[in-house]
Amino acid sequence: MTLDSYIDYVILPILAISLLLVFIRLFKGPDIVDRVIALDLLITIGISVITVYSISTGKSTFIDVAMILALIAFLGTIAFSYYIEKRGRK
Amino acid sequence: MINIIIGVLCTIGALAILVAAIGILRMPDFYLRLSVTVKAATLGGGLLLLSAAFYFPEEVSVTTKALAIIFFLILTAPVAAHLIARSAYFIGTAQWEGTADDDLAGMYDKETHQLSSGNTPVNALPPKAEPELGTDDETV
Repeated sequence: MTLDSYIDYVILPILAISLLLVFIRLFKGPDIVDRVIALDLLITIGISVITVYSISTGKSTFIDVAMILALIAFLGTIAFSYYIEKRGRK
Repeated sequence: MINIIIGVLCTIGALAILVAAIGILRMPDFYLRLSVTVKAATLGGGLLLLSAAFYFPEEVSVTTKALAIIFFLILTAPVAAHLIARSAYFIGTAQWEGTADDDLAGMYDKETHQLSSGNTPVNALPPKAEPELGTDDETV
């Protein structure tokens, strides 16, 4: 079993199942903060999927996309928490 | 040999991310979900990026980028988790009934968002004196 087929048939399905489970929490989420951390986790898993995909295809350019996504995830969570706290303060 | 290392790193990383996903689905309240999610997802993403750094050994730029992303993830994930947990505490997110201690109860001033430390709750604090001239006003 080569590394590429191992990644394609084992690692990527595990990540896909994780994405599905997080999506269930994103839709169920009883509170808004649950949805915010579900989005944060979705983007983190997305970074991992992009990385694994760049290993599987052998193209290293995808790592740049992962870097930009990591930046955007942090800014998104910070903005969400700032405005949630402002809304609660009245 | 390098393929075995990459495979092991990928497997551990993917399993850590799976644990994070199961945890965010199964944990009973927001704070436990946050506590499970951030650490496991950071570990999993870091290990997968490390395996990418091993896979492209002849390109120094890719290794540097992967290590930079790992550094950035480890730097920013706790900060984001702390901020979102603080906001959740302010808007009164319910806790699980099995949670034994709430050390922050009564410690936050809901009006000014000021945290009192030590064993004196915020209602027992003396009223703030008027700032004198020439001293730094910390409440600005």
